[in-house]
Amino acid sequence: MTAPSTSPATAKSTWASRTVVNTLLALVALYTLMPLSWLLVNATKNNGDLFGRPGFRLAEFNLFSNLADLFAYQDGIFGRWLANSMLYSVAGALASTLISLLAGYAFDKYAFRGKEKLYGLVLLGILVPHTVISLPMYLMASQTGLVNTYWAVLVPGLVNPFGVYLARVFAESYVPGETLEAARIDGAGELRTFRSVALPMLSPAFMTIFLFSFTGSWNNFFLPLVMLNDSALYPVGLGLFNWNATLAQEPQFYAFVITGSLLSIVPLAAAFVALQRYWRSGLTAGAVK
Amino acid sequence: MTPRPGIGRRSTPVLFIAPFLILFLATLVAPVGYAVWMSLFREQATSGLGFGGTRTLFVGVDNYLRAFDDPGFRRGFLHVALYCVIYIPVMVGGALLLALLVDSAMARAKKFFQLAFFLPHAVPGLIAAIIWGFLYTPGLSPVIDLLSSIGVDWDFLGPDAVIFSLVNAAAWQWIGYNMVIFYAALQAVPRETLEAATVDGAGELRTGWSVKLPMIRSSVVLTMLFTAVGAIQLFNEPEVLRSRASSISQDWSPVMFIYQAAFTEHDYGLAAAASLMLALLGAALSFVITRLGNRWKEA
Repeated sequence: MTAPSTSPATAKSTWASRTVVNTLLALVALYTLMPLSWLLVNATKNNGDLFGRPGFRLAEFNLFSNLADLFAYQDGIFGRWLANSMLYSVAGALASTLISLLAGYAFDKYAFRGKEKLYGLVLLGILVPHTVISLPMYLMASQTGLVNTYWAVLVPGLVNPFGVYLARVFAESYVPGETLEAARIDGAGELRTFRSVALPMLSPAFMTIFLFSFTGSWNNFFLPLVMLNDSALYPVGLGLFNWNATLAQEPQFYAFVITGSLLSIVPLAAAFVALQRYWRSGLTAGAVK
Repeated sequence: MTPRPGIGRRSTPVLFIAPFLILFLATLVAPVGYAVWMSLFREQATSGLGFGGTRTLFVGVDNYLRAFDDPGFRRGFLHVALYCVIYIPVMVGGALLLALLVDSAMARAKKFFQLAFFLPHAVPGLIAAIIWGFLYTPGLSPVIDLLSSIGVDWDFLGPDAVIFSLVNAAAWQWIGYNMVIFYAALQAVPRETLEAATVDGAGELRTGWSVKLPMIRSSVVLTMLFTAVGAIQLFNEPEVLRSRASSISQDWSPVMFIYQAAFTEHDYGLAAAASLMLALLGAALSFVITRLGNRWKEA
């Protein structure tokens, strides 16, 4: 290790490059934060002020009346969409996480015939574009009468090949085989061993996969678009999409779409902030391996 | 320490994997198989006037040829290709640059910058497209106001500009996400290696380019793979902007073409064939990029 040199020339050039680096970073932060702050400012304006006032200038504060109007419109259809999104995302992600953990754990801890071939198929599943399967899935669902039901959106969300991959990676490093052996010697059955010994050790994996499934479902747009006609079953994104598409004919929706967009970001942003360390470990487990 | 004998041990993995496997087969493998089957048939009206329902005809590869011949479908690929040419360098390059900047010893407030860059990813893609749609709308957008105040008249939704507007909306969403991946990879670069480079007289720039970059090549390749496979499925952003931009046709991207074929024209055979062609392109892309990645790794 050499001591840092302290000649005036180097100090000056360090100072200059430090300024350049931090100015660049600040400019990019301005760019990433601008649309969100625009949304925040404009959710407080009524329809007249949206066009009457420049984008970042505050006008009369109407956030609460916007919210009241939004939730009152069509007997509270917007609240229903939020509840639907919650159902699709929370219930779907919980079930999907458990299913992925069981499978990933089994892939890691047991030996059986054809294991690696089957696992290879699961990994291939990560790469299948969703749009390719949405159309045949729609036709299969329409033959079984599942189109326009909650199941049509919930069931496909349960399958998460990437979750199985993550679960296997986590099981490998978080659940020592000796601990399982000890549990078995103590007479615990396999399911009991999984539930009482492995599952608690896998709780970081649980949170990570849950977060990925939750965001996946909350963001899912194409599948509900294909599967649902009945607006009472819409997730919030699809509802806002439809309002947004009619803005040219129905300009009174502007405040609705802006305030509604802001609201539909909140659950996801809250999940990300609350579970920061989990998405980070998920990203790196997914990317570096 | 003999393992317990009997069916308990042997059937356990099967039981554990069964829920996933059944759903995997039902919602992934079966639909892909069904798409292959569907792509070989064509619905045809039994009478010329369209009365008396339809009849299903086996047409072999005809649907594939029809998709291939369709100027709309081909144009869709052209749009996506152009989109990739702009988007991938901007997004991957931008994310790399940001990761290197945040990783450099010069950066301050690293936690804040990372959060600020990542925040757009916590916005659902559809909502991001809606927000940018507003920011591209004259009368609403402070960006347009700002540009016109310095004398620039930029029509974000015009035929030439719209592709850049789409790239911008997507880059805004993904740049911070990929920055986090690259930054995590940079953190794993052994500090001794970096110190050795400094001792040898390499500056920050030189270290970034010649030491750090090569060491995180595999995550860059993987990111490019996922970005390209994602880009050929482009749908949300153009579909959202379509209501404002007359320059975006109903079949602007391949997925929009497929959606239109299936749900406007009810030509399921054509839609299935086009879907599978798209999936094959995705698979080919994955193959080429992982191959390239392996070659770089060996070199």
